[in-house]
Amino acid sequence: MLTTSFLTIGYPRQVLASNLNLKLRSGEMVCLIGPNGAGKSTLLRTLAGMLSPLAGEVLLDGQNLHRLPPLELAKRLAIVLTTRVEAGNLSAWTLVSLGRHPYTDWLGRLTARDQAAIRHAMELAGCLSLAERPIHELSDGERQKVMIARALAQEPKVLLLDEPTAFLDLPRRVELFQLLRRLSRETGVAILLSTHDLDLALRLADRMWLFAMNGDLLTGLPEELALSGALERVFATEGVYFDHAIGAFRVHQPVRGPVSLHTDSEGVVAAWTWRALERLGFAVQNGDVRLHLHVEVLTGGRWRLFSSEGESEHTSLESLLAALSEF
Amino acid sequence: MSRSWLFPILLILLVLAFALSLALGSVRIPLDQVVRILLGGEGEKASWTTILFDFRLPKAITATLVGAALATAGLQMQTLFRNPLADPFILGISSGASLGVALVVLGIGVGGALTFVTGLSLFGNLTLALAASLGAGTVLGAVLLISQRVQNTLTLLVIGLMFGYLASAIVTLLIYFSQPERVQLFSLWASGSFGGVTWEQMRVFAPVALLGLFLGFVMIKPLNALLLGDDYARSLGLNVRRARFWIILSASLLAGVSTAFCGPIWFIGVAVPHVARSLLNTADHRLLLPACLLLGASFTLMADIIAQLPGSQRVLPLNVVMSLFGVPVILWIILRQRQLRQSFAA
Repeated sequence: MLTTSFLTIGYPRQVLASNLNLKLRSGEMVCLIGPNGAGKSTLLRTLAGMLSPLAGEVLLDGQNLHRLPPLELAKRLAIVLTTRVEAGNLSAWTLVSLGRHPYTDWLGRLTARDQAAIRHAMELAGCLSLAERPIHELSDGERQKVMIARALAQEPKVLLLDEPTAFLDLPRRVELFQLLRRLSRETGVAILLSTHDLDLALRLADRMWLFAMNGDLLTGLPEELALSGALERVFATEGVYFDHAIGAFRVHQPVRGPVSLHTDSEGVVAAWTWRALERLGFAVQNGDVRLHLHVEVLTGGRWRLFSSEGESEHTSLESLLAALSEF
Repeated sequence: MSRSWLFPILLILLVLAFALSLALGSVRIPLDQVVRILLGGEGEKASWTTILFDFRLPKAITATLVGAALATAGLQMQTLFRNPLADPFILGISSGASLGVALVVLGIGVGGALTFVTGLSLFGNLTLALAASLGAGTVLGAVLLISQRVQNTLTLLVIGLMFGYLASAIVTLLIYFSQPERVQLFSLWASGSFGGVTWEQMRVFAPVALLGLFLGFVMIKPLNALLLGDDYARSLGLNVRRARFWIILSASLLAGVSTAFCGPIWFIGVAVPHVARSLLNTADHRLLLPACLLLGASFTLMADIIAQLPGSQRVLPLNVVMSLFGVPVILWIILRQRQLRQSFAA
């Protein structure tokens, strides 16, 4: 579908990445992740034909994408940019109809075929009910769906999105990821999105492209990248480490000392107690081996603390932490 | 919801304004007589035929075209530059025209032949129209040339503004060193009038204005694509540079030809697009552009009727009437809608 061969991207005085050989398959959702400044946006804009490559080429259906006539390219590839669109007083329907630009006549008149395509795009993006609403009244999440519908109205084979979840709250992010995944499955469109939502990307992406600051681009299944330690290397900074067991980054704190945590049941309470102790800076260990600082999670929202100064019972996490902070 | 059902009303408004501008003036001609004379019949008074055909008809046609032209050009500039304060003259077109006229009226040598030109025939003077066209055309050429070189539309806006300042500075300098009567002549030109376009000149004025309007219609689709910004417009397959070229050419033809024949007419170009947006409740140029055309023409005709002070021999400066009577009306329409921010939140 979309492939690159020995692609070098960047700007005349700054090469961001070179010799990229990437492949984006139809029906696949790929997440592009990496630290800020690594070149995610530059790669997306180069793949979209908005920037010329410094070397190498981008192939769309085997044709050099940067040599395609603009209107032809617009029928095959659509992009959703990260900038918030302020298009004035337009209804969602009219905004989506702009996606038909490559297909309409010189006056931009919409045929029945265009109307059907707009309707279909809005259905796919789950925003048909917003059709008559002016876009400046929409929430960020609704607006993003309309922008995706606009891109779909171009009937592209490849859909590129630059940080589509940037302005959204967590439930809206999950919804958007699921929407994109469903789109790739249902329509066979190849989707590439850049994102900072590592957690969601790990869970929902078919494949990940991992951009490192040194210009390396690693590709693979999310799980492979996690297991190989690639994720950790890319994001490694002072005080952050990747927990392989839970597949997420943890934040190191200066360690105060070891504490053992014992629990009989109530896994949820134990898990959050574990986190609270970690946040306070303790190195938490499983409570099978009793250390000289030891916490037991009791039933009914109670905790017991054993220390060199005896034992005490606490009815809230707050009082437990207050007692522990003495050590 | 956009209100496209307003179009018949706008059309009726225009026809009404056009008819009134034919009927009213220093001499009042009843509407039924106007219609009869226009259809080739005899009027009650023979002089009415002369007044209608030699003065009022060309003037009404001129006002219609200028109103339509400036409102359309204003809309184009506001969308292109994503700026609610943009007007047809933002790229320095009228300053260029002013400079051309100033050079002729105030300048040394050439101006000598014009000292006997009276106020009335000032606007009928083809030399002035030519000088204004040359001035506007020079600025237009420079702006178009630069528009093909700069990537960013905002850069273009700043460059256009600078051209305007430069031309204004030279005009001010010329005024400073000129005789008072010539300055008065120039300020008469600068206050605007539709009365100077004769049938002779109409043969130049009307085709150029219509060409500009036609180009405007051709550029409706690109203008809509540009609503999303340059990047999205490109991703839709639009050649932004080429579109910008044609949009600027269209707007400049409209602004330039209006200024050349009628002097700089302010206000219409910046205000009417806002009124059209408010009334139609949309930013879609397929509706906005025709609406600007109709509204601009109606507003201009009405302003001209008021400027004539029907029944009297006096005539008010057109630009004064535009502002005095137009500002309250337009403020009311825009404030009532409170959507300026939504339309230009970028």
